[in-house]
Amino acid sequence: MEAFAYANPASLKEAIASLGTNWEDAAILAGGTDLITLMKQYVYSPKKVVNIKGVKELKGIERTGDGGFRIGAAVTIDELLKNRILGEEFPALQMAAKGITSPQMRHMGTVGGDLCQRPRCWYFRNGFGLLALKDGKSLVAEGENQYHAILGHNGKAYFVSASSFGPALVACGAKVKISSASGVREVNAEDFFRVPTSDAEREVDLKPNEILTEIVLPVSRGTKSSTYEVRQREVFDWPLATASVMLRMSGGKVSEARIALGHVAPKPWRATAAEQAIKGQTINEETAGKAGEAAVAGAQPLSQNGYKVQLAKTAVKRALLAAKG
Amino acid sequence: MAEYNWPAMAERSWIGKRISRLDGPQKSGGRAKYGSDMNPAELLHGAILVSPYAHAKINSIDTSAAKASPGVTAVITIEGAGKEIQWEGTIIAAVAAETEVQARDAVRKIKVDWQVLPHLVQDDDLSKAGSRAKPAGEKIQGDPDAAKAAAAFRVSGEYGIPVLTHCCLEPHGQVIQWKGDEIVSWCSTQSVSNYAGDLGGQIEVPATAIKVHQDHIGGGFGSKFQSDQWGAFCAQLSKQSGGRPVKFFLDRNVELMIAGNRPSHYAKITLGADKEGKITLWESDSWSTGGFTGGNIPPIPYVFTKIANQRLSHNAVSTNNGPQRAWRAPNHPQASYLTCAAIDDLAAKMGKDPMEVFLANFDLTARGDAYTRQLKKAAKLIDWEANWKGRGKNRQGHIAHGLGIGVATWGGAGHDSRATARIHPDGTVELECGTQDLGTGTRTIMVQVAADTLGLPMDAIRLKIGQNAYPPSGASGGSTTAGGVSSSTRIATTDALNLLFEQLSSSLDNTPAANLEAKNGRIQVKGNPSKGMTWREACRKLASPIEALGHNNPRNPRGLNTGGAAGVQVAKVSVDTETGVVTLDKIVAVQDCGLILNPKTAESQVYGAMIMSVCGALYEERIVDELSGRMLNADMEFYKLAGAPDIGEMVVEMEIDPENDARGVIGLGEPPVISGIAAIGNAVANAIGVRVPMVPLTPRRVLDAMNGNGRIS
Repeated sequence: MEAFAYANPASLKEAIASLGTNWEDAAILAGGTDLITLMKQYVYSPKKVVNIKGVKELKGIERTGDGGFRIGAAVTIDELLKNRILGEEFPALQMAAKGITSPQMRHMGTVGGDLCQRPRCWYFRNGFGLLALKDGKSLVAEGENQYHAILGHNGKAYFVSASSFGPALVACGAKVKISSASGVREVNAEDFFRVPTSDAEREVDLKPNEILTEIVLPVSRGTKSSTYEVRQREVFDWPLATASVMLRMSGGKVSEARIALGHVAPKPWRATAAEQAIKGQTINEETAGKAGEAAVAGAQPLSQNGYKVQLAKTAVKRALLAAKG
Repeated sequence: MAEYNWPAMAERSWIGKRISRLDGPQKSGGRAKYGSDMNPAELLHGAILVSPYAHAKINSIDTSAAKASPGVTAVITIEGAGKEIQWEGTIIAAVAAETEVQARDAVRKIKVDWQVLPHLVQDDDLSKAGSRAKPAGEKIQGDPDAAKAAAAFRVSGEYGIPVLTHCCLEPHGQVIQWKGDEIVSWCSTQSVSNYAGDLGGQIEVPATAIKVHQDHIGGGFGSKFQSDQWGAFCAQLSKQSGGRPVKFFLDRNVELMIAGNRPSHYAKITLGADKEGKITLWESDSWSTGGFTGGNIPPIPYVFTKIANQRLSHNAVSTNNGPQRAWRAPNHPQASYLTCAAIDDLAAKMGKDPMEVFLANFDLTARGDAYTRQLKKAAKLIDWEANWKGRGKNRQGHIAHGLGIGVATWGGAGHDSRATARIHPDGTVELECGTQDLGTGTRTIMVQVAADTLGLPMDAIRLKIGQNAYPPSGASGGSTTAGGVSSSTRIATTDALNLLFEQLSSSLDNTPAANLEAKNGRIQVKGNPSKGMTWREACRKLASPIEALGHNNPRNPRGLNTGGAAGVQVAKVSVDTETGVVTLDKIVAVQDCGLILNPKTAESQVYGAMIMSVCGALYEERIVDELSGRMLNADMEFYKLAGAPDIGEMVVEMEIDPENDARGVIGLGEPPVISGIAAIGNAVANAIGVRVPMVPLTPRRVLDAMNGNGRIS
């Protein structure tokens, strides 16, 4: 990797002051499970690395005043997994964490890092840029795209969001808090993720001088949630498709549903058609299956990833059946 | 002439026992030192520049900025201006510097002006290979046309098994020091005794000037027989840096690109059979690639070589990818997959249980009795009768279950090996051999043999291997090491013991040496154990150490070792029919291997091989991009291997019986890695009701096949 300056702030204020105005100025280091690799492969070479592991404001999982939860961005996946009450109230989140089967990732990786990690697209990682363009043409569209997007790639971005927690947070209606020198702003998790239109853009609503500080979960009372991941291997492996669902039930029927898909689009993909399809229904193999069909109705598979349509459909069905319990 | 026969089964004290690997605690405790652990004083670090293009010409190269870079001690241009590069990852230049970071920084300052040329990197579609495909001719046996017309059953299928890349845990490389007239290499090699000559040939230095050290190696699998170009340039970097040692190991990405691969094999196969299910016809059009030099003809039909009527044609495809190397049982796993899949499809076409069809055709093999016995054993161990249902007929909800069969054959006779046994007057025993322990238990079996021969506990033997200062012993490849080193050890220790007997004769009433025996730490008269003395007392009578050199001559193995292993594997899988995810539930191996020196390490070999088969069947493949010419998964993230939870239950049945024992020692590196992919592939076809033509059996391929789109791709 290229040489870099190193900052080790003890407070959020100090951390923010260490950041720059361009992505090349400074990078935030939490668990380092993604950043270090990007730097070693010269995909990203920031001039400064700001270690936030010592920033106490970014730690801890706490109950909020209104009965929801606050999760510090630097909480590790392992810490999240060990929080029993969070697991009972937001099974979707903990099921997503369980899908990260690497002990090393669980102990080093953080919740904030999961949301901000860069795509695993092998063209991006091989130095072809975020949109993998060569002579103005997408390498993905005509190349090796078995792991790429089937939804939401209408622009130029064919990679899939690698976040494990993104879909669960979108389904649960979470918000994220972002701090900068000019203050704190709160963004819906759903809006935090976005689809870049150029190599210079990021996949999340963050500016180079901002830090994601915490995730805020709403009150969970009366909800059921779950996540289902299709992974090829049990050992650590990126999912091929996932679905997270959160439901409110009334008289055995779904009164409200939020469904988000993972690893099928450049961002966690809200499946509103699936939500509509399951609303007012009792959940069974047939209705859940139909919701799965609805979730992928707009899918536009590439040359090698038609199979992911089936996987996404199945993930939605199984997540719904699991949430019902 | 001395008798070297193995002791009778009932009379063995160490041979044939379940002994744990002697270096196990060292390895699991992190105390075992590998080449890459060596950090001699004044160590420098190497780094390389590789070609980012699959096919390109170097117009010019400028290393001046690298030479001036901080910490740099030497820069070597390996491929200069005008050179045409034929694969990505080709090493262009190498740098030595004070730190690894400085070496890498310097590499990035090397400027190359490239002329990018057209490439071919994908091999699955023969029609796209054009002139890069070279026909290897047609081979005809019997009368295939007549057999085709007469066949009661005929089945045609397409099958593919892709290029795998070597990915040893320890990448290729070495620490090397060229100081004055002497070179020392702490390397990672499958051939300790031949390394010096090979390296010396590259850099024009006599083999006698090169010292080789290797206590442990983190995997070889056929990819580490040579000293390689990195051995040569690392030595040159050391010399040019004033004789300071240089450490250089390939990065994982380059390791996967250029450190050797297992060639692909694809084939369109037609089988014909008579009414009774006897195979009468084999036709195949196959193609393969191992890189720029093309690909080998697979040994098909595999095992069932006596099929009366055959027509084979093959194309070797030259591609712009890194070169092939021997890969554990070269060409056999591919051939087993192609052949066993076709036979399994034939059984399905006939509406028969493949167990029946395999058994009915074992007379078309060289060792029909062995395969018949083994497959029946395997069937029992996996409860075939209770578990097997017709194709696609064993479903519970969305989970489909299936069973499959694969068969294997291998040679594996002992290689040329020398070992010296030395007995000291203080009773200590040294055994020296220029062999290597690839992690398979070579140390352990050598000490077992020596201790058994000398009637001593195992900890009485001081074994020294891993240096070319010791008597030369062959490369570890082709399942030849166990036979070679066990035989040289047996001969050396037997001869040394006879020398001791001769010197003791006068102290034991002139009992002839032939009437003495070494047992339980004593030297005694045969049939009269009370007449004798302890080992230590006996050795004390020596005026100076005695030693004997044992030689296993492959042309005359004296009954100690031989070749010819047969094995079958059967697999049981579950397939999630909604996701295409395959889970291996159980895999059973029945394997013969002559005299088994150590059932525990033998089983371990089979376990390791079966894990490799799971990887090859379900996960592992090189993915290259035709547009950019790049290997996209030159990492351990998308170059997928099985983890512990993915492996399933493994059952190993080594055939230990007097008949096999009498054959002598046979190597076991290759045999168990051959048939697992075939067994798993067939089990998946049985589960889902259709053939998935190409492995690995990813969710994509499984779902495509279930949707009627199965193809080689």
